[in-house]
Amino acid sequence: MTRYVVQRLGQMVPVVIGTTFLIYALVWSLPGDPFAAKCGDRPCPPTYVARMTAEYNLDDPLPLAYLQYMGNLFTGDFGQTFAGVPIADELLQRYPITLKLTVLAILVELVIGVAAGVLAGIRRGGFLDNLVLVSTLVVVSIPVFVLGMLAQVTFGVRLGWFPVTSDGTLYSLVLPAIVLGSLSLAFVARLVRANLVENLRTDYVRTAVAKGLTRQRVIGVHTLRNSLIPVVTFVGADFGGLLGGAVVVEGIFNIPGVGNMIFRGINAHEGATVTAAVTVLVLVFLFVNLLVDLLYAVLDPRIRHV
Amino acid sequence: MRGSARRGAMAAAALGLTLVLAACGGDDDNGDGGSGSEGTGSSDGPTGSVSINSTQPENPLIPTTTNEVGGGNIVDAMWTGLVSYDPDTAEPGLAMAESIEPNEDFTEFTITIKDGWTFHDGTPVTAQSYVDAWNFGAVGANAQLNQYFFGPDGANIAGFDTVAGQTDDTGAFVPGSATAETMSGLVVVDDKTFTVTLGSPNSLFETIIGYSAFYPMPESFFTDQAAFIEHPIGNGPFEFVEEVPNTSINLKAFADYQGDPKPQVENIEYRIYADLDAAYADVVANQLDILDKIPPVGLAGDVWKTDLEGRSASAPLTTRFTSMTFPLTNTEVWADPNLRKAISLAIDREAVIAAAYGPGNYVPATGWVPPGNDGYVEGTCGEWCEFDATKAQELYAQTAGVEGTLMIASNSDGGHREWVEAACTSIRETLGVDCQGDYDPDFGSFRGRVNANEIMSPFRTGWVADYPSIQNFLAPLYTANGSANDGGYNNPEFDALIQQAAGLEGDEALDLYNQAEELLAEDMAIVPLWYDNGQRGWSDNVNEPGFTWKGYVDPLSITVK
Repeated sequence: MTRYVVQRLGQMVPVVIGTTFLIYALVWSLPGDPFAAKCGDRPCPPTYVARMTAEYNLDDPLPLAYLQYMGNLFTGDFGQTFAGVPIADELLQRYPITLKLTVLAILVELVIGVAAGVLAGIRRGGFLDNLVLVSTLVVVSIPVFVLGMLAQVTFGVRLGWFPVTSDGTLYSLVLPAIVLGSLSLAFVARLVRANLVENLRTDYVRTAVAKGLTRQRVIGVHTLRNSLIPVVTFVGADFGGLLGGAVVVEGIFNIPGVGNMIFRGINAHEGATVTAAVTVLVLVFLFVNLLVDLLYAVLDPRIRHV
Repeated sequence: MRGSARRGAMAAAALGLTLVLAACGGDDDNGDGGSGSEGTGSSDGPTGSVSINSTQPENPLIPTTTNEVGGGNIVDAMWTGLVSYDPDTAEPGLAMAESIEPNEDFTEFTITIKDGWTFHDGTPVTAQSYVDAWNFGAVGANAQLNQYFFGPDGANIAGFDTVAGQTDDTGAFVPGSATAETMSGLVVVDDKTFTVTLGSPNSLFETIIGYSAFYPMPESFFTDQAAFIEHPIGNGPFEFVEEVPNTSINLKAFADYQGDPKPQVENIEYRIYADLDAAYADVVANQLDILDKIPPVGLAGDVWKTDLEGRSASAPLTTRFTSMTFPLTNTEVWADPNLRKAISLAIDREAVIAAAYGPGNYVPATGWVPPGNDGYVEGTCGEWCEFDATKAQELYAQTAGVEGTLMIASNSDGGHREWVEAACTSIRETLGVDCQGDYDPDFGSFRGRVNANEIMSPFRTGWVADYPSIQNFLAPLYTANGSANDGGYNNPEFDALIQQAAGLEGDEALDLYNQAEELLAEDMAIVPLWYDNGQRGWSDNVNEPGFTWKGYVDPLSITVK
């Protein structure tokens, strides 16, 4: 177990270096001068451009600038945004909000998704089953930003049930979380349903039923637990997707999270900001996936990490 | 889907800035007033709270380095300069200045400031506050974004060169190259008086110093800049309360404000939006009080008129001008004025506006200066700005013509692709020339190419005035050394007229500016396209707000219902 974890942690090092270098190189090599748009329709004073160029080592060759950047990063210095704000501060303010949004979205997809999947699975071919299949198909086929704007106009502007935009408080994140989680919700429901249907036909379920266990226990403990393994894999991988997908949803609902920060950073050619935010994103993603792999052992005793 | 392009434009306009940890919200050092915001208001005190859309300020809230809208609006609410502009007429008038006395030839000004003004921290505003702030802005080592306002391109204060120092090839300030720390042109006479000597005559000095770069700064700024950035201190109608990072910047009425009119609203929240669409949804749902610009999602099909029935308005903006510029220095292709005129004649401005922005949402330009500015004369451009297919074809036939495809360069976001396509259609149908857009994905990449003088075909140029004067629409843009002369237009006669006008006052000066503008019509190196209209909306909680000459919310006009 420990050896497995150490091995996995070791694998993270090249992944982190590779991704950050790619992101760093890509953002700084975006076409156009990052300071060209800072002064409206006239060039910025040369003193300003020179000061900024020096501050971000933009005159150095890319690998050297990257090394300088990473060196600072590992001593805890995340650098500054163009506006002169420490990036670390900004990350600390924004990550909790995005994490809240993501966790809410996962709750939405797990609670509703699993429930819908189970209901559909135990009455295969019934009305509920068809309802779930059709409605998830609809959700899957609509792009998330359409869904987001639709939800915003309907539940925010017209009905007034939710705030139209979010300031990062929990309640104001509910509607965005439902939107963000809806796509995965559909996948989860279908995954659970398919696995449940399959597992209900296995020998051990027949044995359990023959033993005289209640239907509740057969489905709740014996079948569902086994059916959840692929769901856990999916949710683990999806966690990263949701963090990234937050870029769109955060834009629609004006949520002051990381997605907004990355998007602004890309638009403004702020390599340091984007790389810092993405580095943390990559780390979170890697750790969650490690956690998921460890969780397998809990759910399925046949899997053992050595 | 157009949504993503819009979002790109908006987000590009906003950068991350987080000045303050919430901690500093508590130390409002101004003891008097503003303790209980609701319920206690006496009949004439400021009451209520409002929210206004904003973008994240891109720079610290220091007037000499704030040059964009997000920070600019907040700085303007927090400071009052010597001169301010009338929100309706854009006419400059004395604000904190008691008097501004020029000498004969407008090279020396004696400025007296009013008594009793204080900064938000209680320290008095003196002549020194102004002189120190201006010197700070001009000193090369400080690398302030608004530095040029003190140099030849702006007020041109004597001794600017000595403090600005030298820059090396990369533009970096050479340490030690400044021979002085203060400009010799600024002399403090006493607490209330100082004199300003200019490097060249400038009758517009009084107008220019209304710009935010000329605001005064409290002593504490020069001793502890970091603390100031966390809690900026001005002398204007509203004082800084707190910044909720990435969410809002909150101001409240300054109880000791000496200016007139007084604030009528107690609290203002500048709410930060990364995307204007979200702000639009908020104002429709009455969750945002004032929106100073309706995004395309609202303009499309004029839905904003029904969404915001009875709480929206549209008005011409005096500050914005969009044009198309021919590059003259990096290629010979556009050297023939008749070719430039033919292309201008071939653009049906009315139709292009209708196709790109909705009919009547912008105003076809008839000159290089929008109406509402001092010195505006209608129709300077004359026949050359009016669509005339026959004349365009005749004129075009006399020229060498365009070889291959006519490219129009622009950034594709912010609604620009739409008008370029429409203009190309107009040109193609009129002249039979193949015409295409040459796009950059965003404003930054596009300006990068313009600044590097790389574009060899006509390209989009826009201008937002710094101060309301015909001079600001001509001098920086079309004089040979102008800081925003993108096309390399060079007409010595034009330069001479502008220079001469700077030494004159009133109608005499305006007359020369008009003569200069007429030269632009002869050359047609810059093709006027249109002036902007501003559409805005507000919530049921507030009365119709007023807007400044720049087209942004005038915080002093806000009243709650």
